[in-house]
Amino acid sequence: MSGDRREWPLYEVFVRGKRGLNHVHVGSLHAPDDAMALRHARDVYTRRNEGVSIWVVRADAITASSPDEKDPLFAPNGDKVYRHPTFYEIPGDVPHM
Amino acid sequence: MTTTPTERDPEERLRAGFDATIARHDRIEPRDWMPDAYRRTLVRQIAQHAHSEIIGMQPEGNWIGRAPSLRRKAILLAKVQDEAGHGLYLYSACETLGVSRAELTDLLLAGRQKYSSIFNYPTLSYADVGTIGWLVDGAAICNQVPLCRTSYGPYGRAMIRICKEESFHQRQGYELLMTMMRGTDAQRAMVQESVDRFWWPSLMMFGPPDAQSPNSARSMAWGVKRNSNDELRQKFVDMTVPQAEALGVTLPDPDLRWNEERGHHDFGEPDWEELAAVIAGNGPCNAQRLAHRRAAHEDGAWVREAATAFAERSAGAGAR
Repeated sequence: MSGDRREWPLYEVFVRGKRGLNHVHVGSLHAPDDAMALRHARDVYTRRNEGVSIWVVRADAITASSPDEKDPLFAPNGDKVYRHPTFYEIPGDVPHM
Repeated sequence: MTTTPTERDPEERLRAGFDATIARHDRIEPRDWMPDAYRRTLVRQIAQHAHSEIIGMQPEGNWIGRAPSLRRKAILLAKVQDEAGHGLYLYSACETLGVSRAELTDLLLAGRQKYSSIFNYPTLSYADVGTIGWLVDGAAICNQVPLCRTSYGPYGRAMIRICKEESFHQRQGYELLMTMMRGTDAQRAMVQESVDRFWWPSLMMFGPPDAQSPNSARSMAWGVKRNSNDELRQKFVDMTVPQAEALGVTLPDPDLRWNEERGHHDFGEPDWEELAAVIAGNGPCNAQRLAHRRAAHEDGAWVREAATAFAERSAGAGAR
């Protein structure tokens, strides 16, 4: 059982549903290389015209923020309410605002 | 001296965060902290679900080569391919919990993880293809729709994709049976015989009665399960009775009748000893299903090895 026991690497799959939309993460799969990952992604995730474009990327190539650091990482924008339009009081009779 | 949350035991803080997320009906995501028992429950349930999809290809695959027309064959091929796809969505969700695909495959092949009892029944006639779509996929939909709101994010997202596709499965089955019911007496008898065989096993798909389902309460508290086995079984019966009437078949239960007071159908008790026997490995096809899956896995070994070797050689060539 030589090659059989070695697992193919994990790829994350992103699909663009139609023109004008972002690619969205849809799941993952295993494949021996990038080209096969694309083919598998087509078979597994787009059997019903779910997409017009697919990205595959090795899962170990993704850098993600840590859930434990969630609060400190996102804290800098927590107290900047003035970045939102609702922060500003405009009289109701001012048009097109 | 007061204790601030940050000074508390870190595990206690993490558990409080987890509990709060569940209480808000928010989703738990892969890299979140979760209790070991929650992770184990999910791995068991999602793996069992994935294995069911993969083993579930066999009963219907049995009829691909003998489908009566090109149209029926194309439909059946698409359906069985979907089952493979559903298995892959679910394996992918299960792997986010830290188990590997190879491990899950090994556990199935070793008989150490289960799959749905229903797939241990044989498909003896072509009408079974229709009955499986109507009753078995119908029961699966009842089970799966609430799971779209399950507390573990990747599982819920896989279920949403699956539920969208299951609707085709159920409708093609019902349409197949309707076509046969418009045919000859012999064809109508085939449909009835098939429904007679699959009715009770379909009811068993919801699992043992609530009183005998020890893990249910905890799974409900965690939001992994959203409805009890008996609730879903009742819902399935209520949905199916008018469909059987429209089709013109009898459901093989003398106790089945509308209960005005409850606003639901009363129905007979499935044979729970039979369910226990099938789960324990003594159903009509348990050995055959696993043997077939093992053979398919072993026969595919050279493909996996060749693809790996090709990928390695190509990577080597690129580096030079």
